[in-house]
Amino acid sequence: MKEFEFTAENLEHFEEIRKRYPVKRAALLPTLHLAQEQLGYVSEAAETYVAELLDLPVVDVREVLSFYTLFHRRLPGRRHIRVCMSLSCWLRGAKEIESRLASQLGVASGETSPDGAISWETVPDCMGACEIAPMLQMNKDYHGDLTPEAVDQLLEKTRE
Amino acid sequence: MPIKQLISKNFGNEKARDLEWYRAQGGYQAALKALKMEPEEVTAEVQASNLRGLGGAGFPTGRKWQFVPKDTGKPSYLCVNADEAEPGTFKDKYIMTWDPHRLIEGIIICCWAVGIHTAYIYIRGEYVRPYERLRDAVAQAYAGGALGKKVLGTDFNLDVYIHRGAGAYICGEETGLLESLEGKKGWPRLKPPFPAVVGLFGCPTVINNVETIAHLPNIIEKGGEWFASVGCERNGGTRLFCLSGHVNRPGVYELPMGTPLEELIFEHGGGMWKDRQLKAVVPGGSSAPILTAEEALQVKCDFDSLAAADSMLGSGGVMVLDDRTCMVKALSVVSHFYAHESCGQCTPCREGTGWIDRILHRILSGEGVARDVETLLNISENMMGTSICALSDAAALPTRSYVSKFQSEFEHHIEHKSCDVEEKFATALSG
Repeated sequence: MKEFEFTAENLEHFEEIRKRYPVKRAALLPTLHLAQEQLGYVSEAAETYVAELLDLPVVDVREVLSFYTLFHRRLPGRRHIRVCMSLSCWLRGAKEIESRLASQLGVASGETSPDGAISWETVPDCMGACEIAPMLQMNKDYHGDLTPEAVDQLLEKTRE
Repeated sequence: MPIKQLISKNFGNEKARDLEWYRAQGGYQAALKALKMEPEEVTAEVQASNLRGLGGAGFPTGRKWQFVPKDTGKPSYLCVNADEAEPGTFKDKYIMTWDPHRLIEGIIICCWAVGIHTAYIYIRGEYVRPYERLRDAVAQAYAGGALGKKVLGTDFNLDVYIHRGAGAYICGEETGLLESLEGKKGWPRLKPPFPAVVGLFGCPTVINNVETIAHLPNIIEKGGEWFASVGCERNGGTRLFCLSGHVNRPGVYELPMGTPLEELIFEHGGGMWKDRQLKAVVPGGSSAPILTAEEALQVKCDFDSLAAADSMLGSGGVMVLDDRTCMVKALSVVSHFYAHESCGQCTPCREGTGWIDRILHRILSGEGVARDVETLLNISENMMGTSICALSDAAALPTRSYVSKFQSEFEHHIEHKSCDVEEKFATALSG
């Protein structure tokens, strides 16, 4: 058995994705997204598997994978937090949000809490939610109009 | 003054993303009208409307469509740019979240006019919830006969696919977007050939922003001349302004082209927060040269007025800075972003963005040297127009404008190893 392969359902999804494009390689980003959804990150085994599916050299997959910041190359926490540090968020106090997260989680940006529950990172790119600055993204959702106290409450709710 | 809501009237309405509701309000009638017109007539209406590319470049949309050759024997494609990554910009998210059928209807109109049967919507990876809304709306449109074979009962076929990005600012650049869609890293392409001739998969391709496309149903319904009359000279219609920073009411405001910036900030945005003074405004995403308060209060928001003020309307991202903002730190935040997002393909951009970032960091660490101001200006001069895409310019423009318009702040940081803005307000508080 392979170290990584799509579930039957995801394999079916992959076949459907593949049909959207006249060129096989164009399915690479959506296929990597699918692998990450299944595994939580894109492991080396998943890279090799995706390369085989799309008839690509593994090195091409690695080149693409490492270019984009939303692909995890090791397992993040069950919740992954990305804090926006762009201009609008910075103007409204993103630095305070960063400090509060660092002290509450006790690990540096880019790391995972010891129990594996939460990982976090600051991101210099704007996430397109300046109307609720300062903001962060936790897994799929945006949380905005943050204060240090709001960060405490969010983390508390997450741990429940 | 009543605000004209051409494309924002459904924002916040939970029903609007339902196909049946949208249809009951007259939705998809404009697409049907277009499908009964000759494609050239549709393009002519769009040209008459003075609709310009609202992703930021402001290129006349109708003219862009006309560049697509008809007889290549290859298929043509539409790529809808929903990458929305210019710092300070969040408008397309509202269209996709609240009014996705307006976008789909616009796509049908564009594709019919240009002779396209496949469209891809390239949406940034962070927008998971907007993606889900859009995905559901596209599925509804297929099920309801608005997409797929025989669009709206006509003989026109059209497929629409959503393609998720994965976190790279450069993929909002149109040729970076094409590379990314083809499954590669988003390295922009040399132009010419332009995408209209050699674009996606080597085929003729139109690339339009979400907001641009969303305006098309109104233009077809009410006519190009009507749309042109809503805006100002050579800038048709309204646009969505993304107001953020130190204002009381940040948010998306749809206003006619040519609206005074002062009106946006002080009437619609409720003025400055905490009763502070206006210091500066970034009027069109972080790439736009910054305006001082005096400049900002005189300018109108359209492509030509802001260009005449040596800045740009860009993506409509208006960021407002109050008088307690340190401009050295603000530029450092912006410059760090460009250094992070430079794709590394061209030397002036790869090296220049990093160099600027490091010099600003050095100044803020109290280790600046007297020639740093001159060096910053010199680097930005040498980054202008020297790379494949506009990211290099986008990093150079803020550097040049922040440094030259607020030079004394940079000099104070270098000379005194401290911030005169912070000192001024600390004194005011203790005094």
